[in-house]
Amino acid sequence: MVDTLQLILPGFLLPYLDRFMQFGQELFGGAWQDILTVVWTVIKVMLIIAPLLLGVAYTTFAERKVIGWMQVRIGPNRVGPWGLIQPLADGLKLLLKEVTIPSGADKFVFLIAPVFAFTPAVLAWAVIPFSDFLVLANVNASLLFIMAVTSISVYGIILAGWSSNSKYAFLGSMRSAAQMISYEVAMGLSLVVVLMISNSLNVVDIVQAQGQGRFADMGLNFLSWNWLPLLPMFVVYLVSIFAECGRAPFDLPEGESEIVGYHVEYAGMSFAVFQLAEYSAMILGTALISLLFLGGWSSPFGFLPDSAFWLFFKMFALLVVFFWARATFPRYRYDQVMRLGWKVFIPVCLVWLLIVGCWMMSPWNIWK
Amino acid sequence: MLETYFPVLVFVLIGLVFGIAPVITGMVVAPHRPNPEKLSPYECGFEAFEDARMKFDVRYYLISILFILFDLEVAFLVPWATIFKEIVATESIKFFGFVEMIVFIAILVVGYAYAWAKGGLDWE
Repeated sequence: MVDTLQLILPGFLLPYLDRFMQFGQELFGGAWQDILTVVWTVIKVMLIIAPLLLGVAYTTFAERKVIGWMQVRIGPNRVGPWGLIQPLADGLKLLLKEVTIPSGADKFVFLIAPVFAFTPAVLAWAVIPFSDFLVLANVNASLLFIMAVTSISVYGIILAGWSSNSKYAFLGSMRSAAQMISYEVAMGLSLVVVLMISNSLNVVDIVQAQGQGRFADMGLNFLSWNWLPLLPMFVVYLVSIFAECGRAPFDLPEGESEIVGYHVEYAGMSFAVFQLAEYSAMILGTALISLLFLGGWSSPFGFLPDSAFWLFFKMFALLVVFFWARATFPRYRYDQVMRLGWKVFIPVCLVWLLIVGCWMMSPWNIWK
Repeated sequence: MLETYFPVLVFVLIGLVFGIAPVITGMVVAPHRPNPEKLSPYECGFEAFEDARMKFDVRYYLISILFILFDLEVAFLVPWATIFKEIVATESIKFFGFVEMIVFIAILVVGYAYAWAKGGLDWE
């Protein structure tokens, strides 16, 4: 912490930093270093969460704008220049709405359910790397951690539906939970194939492994990323992320125009937390696709430098794809959703696992 | 080793705060004027006439049981997949390490085919 501060602070403040460190040392003695570590970690965590929440707010805005343009409308344009303050106005409105707790609801579970939906979607960011060294916790099983944490969010949905004491919410939560767990299998299987060729559970290693190969040597990095040799897995994973996040064309959890979803009884800020959860899960999904299949922070061409910019660029491009899908595709019927997950994706994953296995056993193995 | 997980712990706590704080703020700041109509469960304007925690389709159970099976399969595949490159690089276990897992997957595929044939995956 002190090293970083010495780098970024202007010169005239450095003596004060030394005095402050001495003062802390005298006040707390041996515990001072531990306190510094905790404070520094908290600062770093806030530096991830705060931009993330801002990003979530402006993703809702970007979605409305982009879909507006696709439908030859203007989109929100009243609050602030070009409507730029719209997300803040929406937040303020939700803040001033009553948080209703329906009669017969299990009060505690009802209030804790949005937290179960929201926290896991944020939590995975603890191990998401932004570049080779820019990662909060570079744990060696980070992909396993992400898989474990993101599957908690299904509890939020089940608890919300069960505790609301409303038939629509209950049935909606059953529907959404079944949809989410169905696609989790396909997602897990496609990640297994990624692991086979990466030889590591660490996301940093997985990204670095993508930068090797014949195409990368020719300077065509984007052809050596996982999406090309694992094209079917890439498609399966992308579509599964759509389904996991409950995004169009798999937005049956919400289905705002005809069917009622699990959060029908929620209002005000507790509804807003569900909304935050949906959008942060979506941003997390784009980050995972970029890291696992699209080379993360590595640049598409050898002559351009790698940097976190490329990760954000890929995430933004994928977000636009999410919006695009919502503006383009009609909603799937429920039996179609389940059929796609169970009868198409799982066989595709198993077959491709077999193919990649044989490929790696053969003399033409490109992942040495 | 364990101290690399310390930021994760801090992240859990701060993440919980960010989940709980908006709800509490909302309850404090927003007006609180409940009435029976407002608090009644949503049922398209009708009075709710039975408990909402009712019986539901058995296929949801079936899906969740199948999910547990296949997710366990994935859990068993993950450690194997993580070291698959090393298996391929080691001549002595190269073939065995691959076929062993194929047999494991094949057993599950038999169960999968059975569930499919029995209509366990249908929703019509």
